[in-house]
Amino acid sequence: MAEPTLPETLSGIVEDFGALSEQERLELLLEFSDALPELPERLASHPELLEQVVECQSPLFLTLEVSPGPEHTVELFFSAPREAPTTRGFAGVLHEGLNGLPADELLAVPDDMPHQLGLTRAVTPLRMRGMTAMLGRIKRQVRERIAA
Amino acid sequence: MAIAADPNPQFSDYARPERLVSTEWLAERLGTEGLVVVESDEDILLYETGHIPGAVKVDWHTELNDAVTRDYIDGAAFAALMSAKGISRDSTVVVYGDKSNWWAAYALWVFTLFGHEDVRLLNGGRDKWIAEGRGLTREKPQPAATEYPVVERDDTTVRAFLPDVLDHFGKPLVDVRSPEEYSGERTHMPAYPEEGALRGGHIPTAASVPWARAAAEDGTFKGRAALEEIYLGDAGLAPGDDVVAYCRIGERSSHTWFVLKHLLGFENVRNYDGSWTEWGNAVRVPIATGTEPGEAPSGRKA
Repeated sequence: MAEPTLPETLSGIVEDFGALSEQERLELLLEFSDALPELPERLASHPELLEQVVECQSPLFLTLEVSPGPEHTVELFFSAPREAPTTRGFAGVLHEGLNGLPADELLAVPDDMPHQLGLTRAVTPLRMRGMTAMLGRIKRQVRERIAA
Repeated sequence: MAIAADPNPQFSDYARPERLVSTEWLAERLGTEGLVVVESDEDILLYETGHIPGAVKVDWHTELNDAVTRDYIDGAAFAALMSAKGISRDSTVVVYGDKSNWWAAYALWVFTLFGHEDVRLLNGGRDKWIAEGRGLTREKPQPAATEYPVVERDDTTVRAFLPDVLDHFGKPLVDVRSPEEYSGERTHMPAYPEEGALRGGHIPTAASVPWARAAAEDGTFKGRAALEEIYLGDAGLAPGDDVVAYCRIGERSSHTWFVLKHLLGFENVRNYDGSWTEWGNAVRVPIATGTEPGEAPSGRKA
């Protein structure tokens, strides 16, 4: 059975992780954590607009904006404290891999994509569930925005 | 040769003041021969974002747990781990971490299973070090390998298994989880995801003393008088009691184990690391729900 194709950038990230040792994967995850963009002012001053991903072990909030059709480009926003680098790292991977995609491409990303990063052993299944929940909530929000 | 204890007068009331060091003490001694600083956190990437200069990381999940059995690593694996971290049998090990040293206490407890003699906690942990503006680095030390002996793990002195707990009824049990987990309202920590226990509640007769009650605002341990009020007063423990502490997987209860053993001087304190994720799922073991400790099951000592 063929793996469903991932969007190009995300597929590149998965390949990068796959080529590394477990310790190097953690270092790459740290780079994603460091690179997670700050919230723009319009959201930073309105935390109530963000949705908490309660499945994450550390506080993580997200929201997104969808441009008008037909493409429905998705812009993603995340907020997580510096003291929670693992959670930030996951958010960074999703931001880098999914931001700016048309909605249909984003919705086609398999729900279990986080497991393709090869981090499950290193970060505990509990944290992987957090990242899967982030992706699930992003996809749900996209569907809601398009339907609205 | 062990390094002399921190003479800080704030520690002198504790039963074993030599088990704690202050941030000042550590800052003055970084790089001393025979001293190894270990960071152990809940967030497995936190060390990488910056750590105390010279500190090595010990990861509870990938390094202290056995990969295939729900158990800790064996003596050979522990010796290999110590060697890789540059720790000798006579090293003074100072452990610190996030969340008021909760995971650091867990690591310290595992070191104790292997009888590592001189292992101490940094009072206040990572947060206090940072709050005081002390330096962090991302530079990872490359310690030279040591010859650490293979020591058989001692599971009888500070560790309890489920059958031990069944035999323990009639003696004090301390449940260190949140009140919601104790009552059975929930089976996981507030703000944490569900981690899979079939039933909510507590081990019958256990007193509820959430672990964080032992910590002050700044993550340091409360003074001895305040700790006695909590554990001897509220929880009703008496000096000399044989005590078992538990939580969800044994990590928070390691913090309480440290308090009872080293700060209050209870000789016989064991940590039941199977904790609620074992007890709450086990066949034919009784639980109690609600805010009251409940009765010991019939047929068991009351």
